[in-house]
Amino acid sequence: MTVILSQSFTGVSIGAVLLLIALGLSLTFGQMGVINMAHGEFIMAGAYTVYLLQGPIGSAGVSLLVALPVAFAVAGAMGAALEWLLIRRLYARPLDTLLVTWGVSLMLQQLARDLFGAPNVHTGTPSWLSGRITLIGGDDPLTLAHGRLFILGLALAAVVALTLTLRLTPLGRRIRAVVQHRDLAEASGIATARVDRVTFVLGSGLAGLAGVALTLVGPIGPTMGTNVIIDAFLVVVVGGIGQLRGAVIAAFALGVLQAVMEYSTTVSVARVTVLVAIVAFLQWRPQGIHTLRTRSLA
Amino acid sequence: MTDSSTSKSPTAPARWARWRTPLGYALGALVLFGLAPLVLSDFRLGQLARYLCVAIVAVGISLAWGRGGMLVLGQGLFFGLGGYAMAMHMKLADAGAGQLPDFMLLYGSTDELPWWWQPFSSPVVALAAVLVLPMGLAALIGWSVFRRRVRGAYFAILSQALAAAFAILLIGQQATTGGTNGLTNFQGFFGFSLHDPVNRRTVYFLIAATLLLLMLATRQLFHSRYGELLVAVRDSEERVRFLGYDPALVKLVAYVLSAGMAGVAGALFVPAVGIISPALIGIVPSIQFVIGAAIGGRASVAGAALGAVAVAWAQTTLSEEFPSAWTYFQGGLFVVVVAFLPGGLASLWHLAAARRRQRTEVVTAA
Amino acid sequence: MTEQPLNDLVIDDVRVTFDGFVAVDGVSLRVGPGDLRFLIGPNGAGKTTLVDAITGLTPATGSVRFGGRELLGRPVHRIVRLGIGRTFQTATVFENLTVLQNLDIAAGTTRRPHTLLRRRRTVPDEVQRALETTGLTGQRDRAAGTLAHGQKQWLEIGMLLVQNVQLLLLDEPVAGMSHEEREQTGQLLQRVGEDRTVVVIEHDMDFMRAFAASVTVLHAGRVLSEGTVAEVRADPRVQEVYLGETAVA
Repeated sequence: MTVILSQSFTGVSIGAVLLLIALGLSLTFGQMGVINMAHGEFIMAGAYTVYLLQGPIGSAGVSLLVALPVAFAVAGAMGAALEWLLIRRLYARPLDTLLVTWGVSLMLQQLARDLFGAPNVHTGTPSWLSGRITLIGGDDPLTLAHGRLFILGLALAAVVALTLTLRLTPLGRRIRAVVQHRDLAEASGIATARVDRVTFVLGSGLAGLAGVALTLVGPIGPTMGTNVIIDAFLVVVVGGIGQLRGAVIAAFALGVLQAVMEYSTTVSVARVTVLVAIVAFLQWRPQGIHTLRTRSLA
Repeated sequence: MTDSSTSKSPTAPARWARWRTPLGYALGALVLFGLAPLVLSDFRLGQLARYLCVAIVAVGISLAWGRGGMLVLGQGLFFGLGGYAMAMHMKLADAGAGQLPDFMLLYGSTDELPWWWQPFSSPVVALAAVLVLPMGLAALIGWSVFRRRVRGAYFAILSQALAAAFAILLIGQQATTGGTNGLTNFQGFFGFSLHDPVNRRTVYFLIAATLLLLMLATRQLFHSRYGELLVAVRDSEERVRFLGYDPALVKLVAYVLSAGMAGVAGALFVPAVGIISPALIGIVPSIQFVIGAAIGGRASVAGAALGAVAVAWAQTTLSEEFPSAWTYFQGGLFVVVVAFLPGGLASLWHLAAARRRQRTEVVTAA
Repeated sequence: MTEQPLNDLVIDDVRVTFDGFVAVDGVSLRVGPGDLRFLIGPNGAGKTTLVDAITGLTPATGSVRFGGRELLGRPVHRIVRLGIGRTFQTATVFENLTVLQNLDIAAGTTRRPHTLLRRRRTVPDEVQRALETTGLTGQRDRAAGTLAHGQKQWLEIGMLLVQNVQLLLLDEPVAGMSHEEREQTGQLLQRVGEDRTVVVIEHDMDFMRAFAASVTVLHAGRVLSEGTVAEVRADPRVQEVYLGETAVA
């Protein structure tokens, strides 16, 4: 019994990480159909922000909290630059955008290597995140690390904030309008190009937040982006385009599946199984691949 | 192509155009079979063999992506299947009948050959597996994915994830796959010692011949009716469906063929370079395959192959001396070419040819 | 292949719903062999949706039989192979290929696979005939993307001809055409209709009056009236619907 519970908790905490790294991607992919392969490097930038702030600030706890808005700004600024330089020129060519941003990610990784060195760096864990809470005591205890809980909280907070932004603000209305019908939105006087840019900055900023969270569960290094980007995309693929709710469900479902498979087999077999499950899922529900309901085939 | 029926006598540029391709291939053959072995040291020739293997993968990519519009970001998977199939056979042949490959003894976790290694002791099975494994898997993936109309970015990400998963799987099974180290330390290739420079040269010639043959075959395919159909599917899949074709099937053929080419390349890579490992087939190498094709010209056989050779050459020579600068340069070149010259460097040639044709038309009109 | 008997298109109680909205609400109609049937009706009457259902683009309930064979439930390309072809409101041709290549691809479904591996050396007969019928012989080697709007529509019809379809479903073929192009299209349809069945969705009443052999009026997903042009025009229900929507053209 405890095993099942503890594996589901592991799954939920894997899912929270997946959700954080996929949230920004889901936003930009849904809004603009843009596959940003440099999303992983924006996450990396957020993680290095924590590393850089810890030096001058000293306290790991304070620097982590300060890092949240700073990382959001840093990654957002990088996103703005990428959008302005390249992505806005490539809107009609999603596959080429994918490749171009991959080239950018290659350069950003090298930049990280030149600035911080190739080996991974580590950050201190804040004292208030180093403990564990005990959910079930006894001989077979079920405990949960504070760090994992923090990530879960951060992920949920990000989802709530994003949902409220999309629902309640004028910007959110515009974003939803563009997602649903780009041409009509443009014809109704919405500056779609500006909405695109703001969305991209928002999505990139969320990557920065995810980077801060990742410092609590793993090392910081130049290749950390490559390691997470595929997982993030799989969440988006399973969740469906432009579906915040879909991304949330997909992240936790994949997290739990991964945890359960890891428990019963090995890590590598678990990853392969999850992937096969995703391909099978697409057989049943190739979501986001819109069914044709227009009067032309253009 | 279609000007054969017009009665006008061909102008000088048209006559030249007819001979350009055969001449190009003849020149390529001359360089690969005559010049390169003459001027390059054994070491350099071995490196060239490695680049040519990458070029074979790129030719397949030009078919699937350039013509078929399927961005195959996971060709490492098929490269790896071909490579491991060949490497397993070579390991078993080195060990001798009934013996375990050296690395298994080293790790000492098994004293019996795993069942899925056993068929590879037969050279025929191994050679067949080089084609059957990648093509069979590609058929399976392609059939399930194309039929459900999964395409574009979804397909690209899925194919990349599959390559990543394969690499992870190999790393996880250290005792039977060699793990991160991969399979290496080969002595012989179908009975010929790989320590003998003459045999290594033969391997090089084998690779060069394979590349040229596959290039010619792919070129023929581009100009066939199937090639036109493939472009039609790329441009408007739904429209093709309304002509009575099954676009999934059309795409499947190109995808499976490109997987087969990657498998052959992987199999030839092993005797030429002497290693196959997860680091050669994961996400990063899979995208490297695409980079060469993109820079050279995705829709042109020769462009993709030359681009792949050039990028692979620059990768090894420049990255040794200027590792940091090379990465920026490669990334930057890739970004600029894909964003602003989608046809790759090969399209510069076509642009120039189109401008020349325009000029001659103006002259003849006047 | 040439002397196939023409088949009936029998539509029986076809229904299409989108998320609760009933687009086609139990349509039954029969189009006889060799007919040149116009399908008219106000916006939202379900004309295009009905054609989508027949060609397998939209799931539907009921029954659509062509020559006795059920179409509903078959994949799009299999329906095409039964001899049913369609065009779209926006002309959809392969812009990067030439007119000849477009037609050649359309002609290819009956070819054996191995011939696909060869290069095209000559212009196939059926392609040549289609070029002549559609009047595109002069445009043979032009990229289809550079054709005029009307020519693209004719190329699409030409592609159906080389497919050797028996039933053509055309969705507003003359929308956006000049008067002269409409005239030519109408004549093309009559030529085409000599040995095939043609169903045309149309808004243009002048065009319908000039070329229709029979007319079906759809309204709110149902068949409102059916008959010759004169019969339909005299039907008070049709007048009411059209007066309620817009003035009768």
